[in-house]
Amino acid sequence: MKWLSPRGFYYAVGRRKFIEFIVLSAFLLFFYLPLLNLFMLAFADKYEAPALFPQEWGFKWWDYVLGQKSLVSSIALSFTIAIVSTLVSMCICIPAAYALARFSFPGRKLFFLSFLLSDAFPKMGLYIAIGIIFYKLHLIGTFLGVVIIHILNSIMFMTWIPANAFRSIHRQQEESARDAGAGPFRTFMSVTFPLALPGIIVATLFTFLGSLEEAQGTLLVGFPQYKTMPVEMYGIIMQYATTAGPVFSIILMIPTVIVLFLMRRYLSPDTIANGFKMK
Amino acid sequence: MSERAVKLEIRNMTKLFKNGDGVKNVNLTVYEGEFLTMLGPSGCGKTTILRAIGGFLDVDQGDILIDGRSIVRLPPEKRPTAMVFQSYNLWSHMTIYDNLAFGLRIRKVPKKEIKERTREMLELVKMSGVEKKYPAQLSGGQQQRVAIARALLLQPSVLLLDEPFSALDAKIRSQMREELKRIQEDLKITVVFVTHDQEEAMAISDRIVVMNKGVFEQVGTPTEVYDRPASRYVASFIGDMNFIEQPDGKVIAVRPEAITLSKGNGGGKWDGTIRTIMVLGHYAEIIVRVGDQNIKVFQPRHISDTFRQNDRVSLSFDKYHVF
Repeated sequence: MKWLSPRGFYYAVGRRKFIEFIVLSAFLLFFYLPLLNLFMLAFADKYEAPALFPQEWGFKWWDYVLGQKSLVSSIALSFTIAIVSTLVSMCICIPAAYALARFSFPGRKLFFLSFLLSDAFPKMGLYIAIGIIFYKLHLIGTFLGVVIIHILNSIMFMTWIPANAFRSIHRQQEESARDAGAGPFRTFMSVTFPLALPGIIVATLFTFLGSLEEAQGTLLVGFPQYKTMPVEMYGIIMQYATTAGPVFSIILMIPTVIVLFLMRRYLSPDTIANGFKMK
Repeated sequence: MSERAVKLEIRNMTKLFKNGDGVKNVNLTVYEGEFLTMLGPSGCGKTTILRAIGGFLDVDQGDILIDGRSIVRLPPEKRPTAMVFQSYNLWSHMTIYDNLAFGLRIRKVPKKEIKERTREMLELVKMSGVEKKYPAQLSGGQQQRVAIARALLLQPSVLLLDEPFSALDAKIRSQMREELKRIQEDLKITVVFVTHDQEEAMAISDRIVVMNKGVFEQVGTPTEVYDRPASRYVASFIGDMNFIEQPDGKVIAVRPEAITLSKGNGGGKWDGTIRTIMVLGHYAEIIVRVGDQNIKVFQPRHISDTFRQNDRVSLSFDKYHVF
């Protein structure tokens, strides 16, 4: 049983590896323990706070959550809003990203940085200011209003990442296409866009997932007509038993996990890191 | 030369960049089937002229004509030119076949003909059978061959080449230039070639334009440029040249191979001592110290072998220039 002793392990793998192991273990514990706890509580019929494990196991709360019509319809609404706002955001931001990448104009860098501004303020304060404007424009409580809020949140991802993807395309590749007889639009569609696609997919993914979990803005602009999954979540946390929450958060997690799994090929740390370079 | 048809003409073209670089009042005529090289160090404006012909730069003033028709206002896709760049020519997300077929599909060439023509063209550049590969699966030299094939498939009036071999290593480079010359002669195509490599320019060109800081220093055949350099700059840029400062401020320029060595003192002012003898294959490079100058001399081996280091020699110049 020598290999189980910490001293034996330390000398077997070396100092560096040993420290790495400790750090990784601590990280995993921090990262996954709450998730594990969530999974456990989702399958508890009865749980009272100080205990480590639930008193009774079962699927009671799954039946309850899936039985609520408003919860199921909120899932459909969330996806509709996420798809619409992602598509509109692509139409607005990808051309802007191309312009930022290819043309130099005075104040380009400042303009680029300005997308960070919305993240520099407390979100709720910003939404209240937006809410006042939306109220005057009669956008409060409308589908359009909710979509606009979601698009605003996506602008940074949707311009930064594709802009950097466009910039990493060699100009000669576009020029060769022009040279071969393709006009500007055809060049963009058959050369520029496919070459930038990995970056665009990452940005689209972030936008879609971001829209799925957006709650504050939707709550302020869309409530009570438009209740998305995360908005319903607020209600559940406040109104129902502790164990209904975990069930609903697992349901919320499923689409995210599926999308991430399908698109894992494009989600390399490199694409993401390159997407946020300031140049 | 005068009876040859003019293919490309640049009239009084000016293109200046914000930083002051560029070219001013360029006039150039390229004849049908000619291989013209623009030679100069980086930043001399040679690429500017090439890109202006290809349509990738708007000129400030002047005109560019191909087959007597002004093309200066046309976008690149409407010009009868095809360009090969230094690197990153190919579209990495397309197979070689799709790369080659791209321009032909735009021109609505029937599929069968596209297949036939790409196959023939790949054969011409000695790249048969790579249709299904992706550019990343080919070496740098192979990619440039495909890029040249793609440009030739467009059947351009003028083929533009922007240092197409400078990213390749020396051996492949000389191989590629021989093949380019062969293809150009076979197809009798007009080529404008840009390079900073004087050896490359000498080897393949019908005429060379030697450029310096946006100005044409000399336009002539390789022999003219080598044997009768128009300026000290051209003399120094092309081939090896000894520059000997004279007391009257003039400079004598003499090629190392245009010097004859004889043993002993000749009593003239070109007496010196051999410092080093370096055998470079079929000839030797001999450095002779004359006064306080080192003069480089090339001699065939059967002559160089009769000399030793520290021998006293006298030099006579068969041919020289004074600037």
